[in-house]
Amino acid sequence: MTVSVVRFGGSNCDRDALRALEDLGIDAEIVWHEDGLPADTTGVMLPGGFSYGDYLRAGAMAARSPVMDEVRELANEGVPVLGVCNGAQVGCESGLTEGAFTTNASARFQCEHVHLRVERTDTPWTTGYEAGEVIELPIAHGEGRYEISEDRLTQLETQDRVLFRYCDADGNLTDEANPNGSKHNVAGVVGERDSVAVLMPHPERAALADVGGTDGRPLLRGFAAE
Amino acid sequence: MSAYTATVTVRLKQGVLDPEAETTKRALERLGFELSGLRSADRFEVDLDATDEDAARERAGEMAERLLANPTIHDYDVEVAPRE
Repeated sequence: MTVSVVRFGGSNCDRDALRALEDLGIDAEIVWHEDGLPADTTGVMLPGGFSYGDYLRAGAMAARSPVMDEVRELANEGVPVLGVCNGAQVGCESGLTEGAFTTNASARFQCEHVHLRVERTDTPWTTGYEAGEVIELPIAHGEGRYEISEDRLTQLETQDRVLFRYCDADGNLTDEANPNGSKHNVAGVVGERDSVAVLMPHPERAALADVGGTDGRPLLRGFAAE
Repeated sequence: MSAYTATVTVRLKQGVLDPEAETTKRALERLGFELSGLRSADRFEVDLDATDEDAARERAGEMAERLLANPTIHDYDVEVAPRE
């Protein structure tokens, strides 16, 4: 099994993702988007960065690159797909997941640690967490505010497709703990299948004990879930 | 075929927060201007050749649907004018 970490022009978390996955014993390789996905791809990671310089909208260009047709095809077959930060923006722009990640309410780039409440533990990405567990992951984004119409948000919540929400250290969903003004504190969602997930915080930056904690490790193990 | 310019204006849907516009509004106020609101929009001028104005409008509309706008957060409109 090999997780393809898709590198676009401007990706900058691809190597962090590779290192984190390798440390977990998950076979992974960086794939240049123009080369297409290798035939043995058993998972796809869309890493963070600033693909295409965030031209037009963050993720807009990468979402429409040919490799994303391949990603969508695999996603529909149940292959795990994880979009992180810019990868999450690409995921929403490409229709893999609903909603949009847009300019932070603060209008500033924010680089800090946040608390997240795990909303579901029955997805490949979250089986390693306790129900309602509060984890700590870093964020680094200027456009991470989750936007979606009220109708669609209600539907998303009814279908239980919110994976993580920003919260305080005790798991309370407060405005103060919402770093970017996301609707209903949403930090990450799953697509039509639970095997497709996007989130703005960086699990790959919280995967090695010496740098940034290890709360992201269970999430990345989703690639190895049966 | 005739030459047209399609102007596609992409705006945030009503009710969607626009932090950049808010920041710009505050900056104008700091400069001493009085204003009660400010909205920003992206404007794309697309030169294209089409059989008629409707065909040009339709093509530009598709461009907005598929790339220029994000239907989750944006509304858009298209205006078409003959191009010299």
